[in-house]
Amino acid sequence: MNTGLSWNLAEDFRQLFLYSFMVNAYRAGTIIAVLAGALGWYMVLRRQSFAGHTLAVVSFPGAAGAILLGASASAGYFVAAIAAAIVIAAVPRSLGGKARSSESAVIGTVQAFALACGALFVSLYGGFLNSLTNLLFGTFLGISPAQVLTLLVVAAVALAALAAIARPLFFATVDPDVAEARGVPVRFVGTAFLVLLGCAAGEVSQITGALLVFALLVMPAATAQQITPRPALSFALTIACGLLIAWLGLAIAYFYPEYPFGFYLTTLGFVSYVAAAGGRAAASRVRKVGLQAVTA
Amino acid sequence: MIVWITHIYSQPFLRYAFFAGTAIALAAGLVGYFIVLRSQVFTGDALSHVAFTGAVAALATGADLLVGLYGACIVVALAMAALGNRGQSDDTVIGSVFAWILGLGALFLSVYTTSKSGSNGTSGVNVLFGTIFGLSASQAITDAAVCLGVCVVIIAIGRPLLFASIDAAVASASRVPVRALGFIFLGMVGVTAAAATQAVGALLLLGLIAAPAGAAQRLTARPFAALWLSAGIAVGSLWAGLLIAYAAPTLPPSFCIIGAATLTYLIVFALTGNPARPASLSGSPPPYS
Repeated sequence: MNTGLSWNLAEDFRQLFLYSFMVNAYRAGTIIAVLAGALGWYMVLRRQSFAGHTLAVVSFPGAAGAILLGASASAGYFVAAIAAAIVIAAVPRSLGGKARSSESAVIGTVQAFALACGALFVSLYGGFLNSLTNLLFGTFLGISPAQVLTLLVVAAVALAALAAIARPLFFATVDPDVAEARGVPVRFVGTAFLVLLGCAAGEVSQITGALLVFALLVMPAATAQQITPRPALSFALTIACGLLIAWLGLAIAYFYPEYPFGFYLTTLGFVSYVAAAGGRAAASRVRKVGLQAVTA
Repeated sequence: MIVWITHIYSQPFLRYAFFAGTAIALAAGLVGYFIVLRSQVFTGDALSHVAFTGAVAALATGADLLVGLYGACIVVALAMAALGNRGQSDDTVIGSVFAWILGLGALFLSVYTTSKSGSNGTSGVNVLFGTIFGLSASQAITDAAVCLGVCVVIIAIGRPLLFASIDAAVASASRVPVRALGFIFLGMVGVTAAAATQAVGALLLLGLIAAPAGAAQRLTARPFAALWLSAGIAVGSLWAGLLIAYAAPTLPPSFCIIGAATLTYLIVFALTGNPARPASLSGSPPPYS
């Protein structure tokens, strides 16, 4: 099908978009990278990675159950992830805001039970082993134009909703007590955020697989927040980094199809995170040495 | 009742499942109590996912499965313990690291399935969801021995670990080796994850860790009572799950076990209602109930 990389960039580029499945993959990748970047940035800031991971994982039984019932997998992803978001958001509230420990026990239980349901659906369905690895570890093949349209609509709605609550959400994240005192509906904003995160997790896991969502949800935001503490700048960097990871990952997966796509994505994300963290450590060391030189 | 027990005893695969499963559940319950107390559920989750990568890496390279499992889990557990004390960016670091490790797992899985043309991905999938009814006698004995070892270590360090978990500053002031305990504890979590993977699966282990411990913490505020209650709920869930799975063969045993644990948690949640009684962390007597 493809001939691997030549050293002619323009020719490679033309090759990349020769087939409509690749064009669809790029469209889908671009949409989910933007959505995941925006929500991931808030998620990292709010330290809700565990909840995010759980929401992503939950979309696996959602999709498996939908396939089992003969419904569209796409709907299964969203329904499951949003339902789990509501459960996670509802439960800690009834604990009266105490200890994070019970919250994480709840999240862990939700996740394990969801995965157990996934295992059940897979065994009831029997013999869709290949699509099982796709559900867990992602695939970029066979994305239909209709699926791209669904992704686009859901992403647009989610981003609009995020924009609507962006300022109170930021306030509630940075200082929940003061925000509460100022009349910001902290709980409502938190619940709304989790539901949006569920939408994003459901979208991303359609491409990266339920287990590797963090490649686009956490790693870009983690990279950007290593580079700069300024909110607006790191938000923009997050989205740029997410797009870069998605685009590069798709290109590599196209030219070197012998290894799984999810591996390329997570590796690119991890490399960018490690590079940013290493760069930051080096920069602070240089500054320290410089200071010592000046004071000595 | 006795007929049941003799019937179960007469089936070797059930005998092994009960034997190994009880030890695994006991270890998971004890370890899980401290995991929940120390808010390290995400770390435990990450370690159980690492077990998957370790196992598939061993399958892909043809190394011994146990070496891959225990090696990966213990190394990553100690690395996380080393990272854990620094800074606040914990859960981002954990998330990035384990997502990459899962990506590696996907790589090894594809290498394994493409290199061995005769086999399908079944072994890889078994690692994810466990096959407790497929344990051999030697596997059952190894798992049980390792898990009982974990239990002994946890009980031995239980009291100082509790102190260090509840108030690290005061504990280190009274010369409890807080940092060393953190390392030993996460090492034990790693070992438990590795041992439990063959039975309940890398993805489902979290259910045996989080649900019983969460339920126990809601039921009692006394730390050691909660510790044993957590172990008891874990073992009870495992037994119930195995019996249900044996009675209804269409249901995978891992699902039944996790389902039983989740159901227990739900019932406890409904019974204790809200607001939750806060666990009395300072060791003062619990409020009258």
